[in-house]
Amino acid sequence: MQVRLNGELRDVPDDSTVAGLLLHLGVKAQRVAVEVNESVVTKDRYEAHRIGPGDSIEIVAFVGGG
Amino acid sequence: MADGWSIGEHRFTSRLLVGTGKYPDFPTMQRALVASGAEVVTVAVRRLDLSKTGPASLLEWIPKGMKLLPNTAACFTADEAIRTARLGRELEMGDLVKLEVIGDRRTLFPDVEGLVEASKVLVKEGFTVLPYTNDDPVTAKKLEDAGCAAVMPLGAPIGSGLGIRNPYNLRIIMETVKIPVLVDAGVGTASDAAVAMELGAVAVLMNTAIAEAKDPVLMAEAMKAAIEAGRKAYLAGRIPMKLHAAASSPMSGLIGS
Repeated sequence: MQVRLNGELRDVPDDSTVAGLLLHLGVKAQRVAVEVNESVVTKDRYEAHRIGPGDSIEIVAFVGGG
Repeated sequence: MADGWSIGEHRFTSRLLVGTGKYPDFPTMQRALVASGAEVVTVAVRRLDLSKTGPASLLEWIPKGMKLLPNTAACFTADEAIRTARLGRELEMGDLVKLEVIGDRRTLFPDVEGLVEASKVLVKEGFTVLPYTNDDPVTAKKLEDAGCAAVMPLGAPIGSGLGIRNPYNLRIIMETVKIPVLVDAGVGTASDAAVAMELGAVAVLMNTAIAEAKDPVLMAEAMKAAIEAGRKAYLAGRIPMKLHAAASSPMSGLIGS
């Protein structure tokens, strides 16, 4: 299925959970925060939260800033 | 330490808060952070670069025990800032946020209307909100009324190094609000930091002045000393300014008189 991931259209496995998506992307869950359709998905919901076609997903981390 | 300060539930000794952007490399940043003696460091929230593998390395270079203060830098609407603050909280698992809602790309001056709006929402959600704001006492009061834990007026535009451009407004802000006033942005060199502290600022937040100095580690040391000197001078109470001289040596008992 196609989703918008960090602003870009991308194909990801159907029926992915947030946890599954992070695994698919090779991203360590401890170091990121995830937002789906403008709502934060907390870490305790990564296994339960299913991603649907067309969802807008943001995966963020801390970078240097003032 | 007797001369500590606090924001919300958080208690600090150092009155210097530093950023983590613009350093030539992470090892230099780490040495500068240590040299600054800061207990709070700001960080930004950005999209993870999915083309790169491996963990984001910034956090590994921030000395253990330093409190992270996520910011909402480069957010131009209240909504963007609110979403970024929520993501920052999820990353940090803390309640502190340096709230920025920017109104103009060239000056990076705050959009104070959006700032007050975002503050109200985030305070309701349990955030300890530290808003980066203009040197405007009326806005500072609105932010206090919105429930912000502190207010952080600018000394000059972000990264400009112009120093403390409106000390009188900063003083009026300090008179106007009861919450801590931190001077955020504009510091160029150590004397600017000292001036902010002499005015009565609770603390100073800076990034570029240290990160882009020729020797960031030495500048971090200078800033630490300046913050301490300015604070002591503020507590000691400066003498009033006089137009004419007031002799330091006795004017009587001179030879040949």
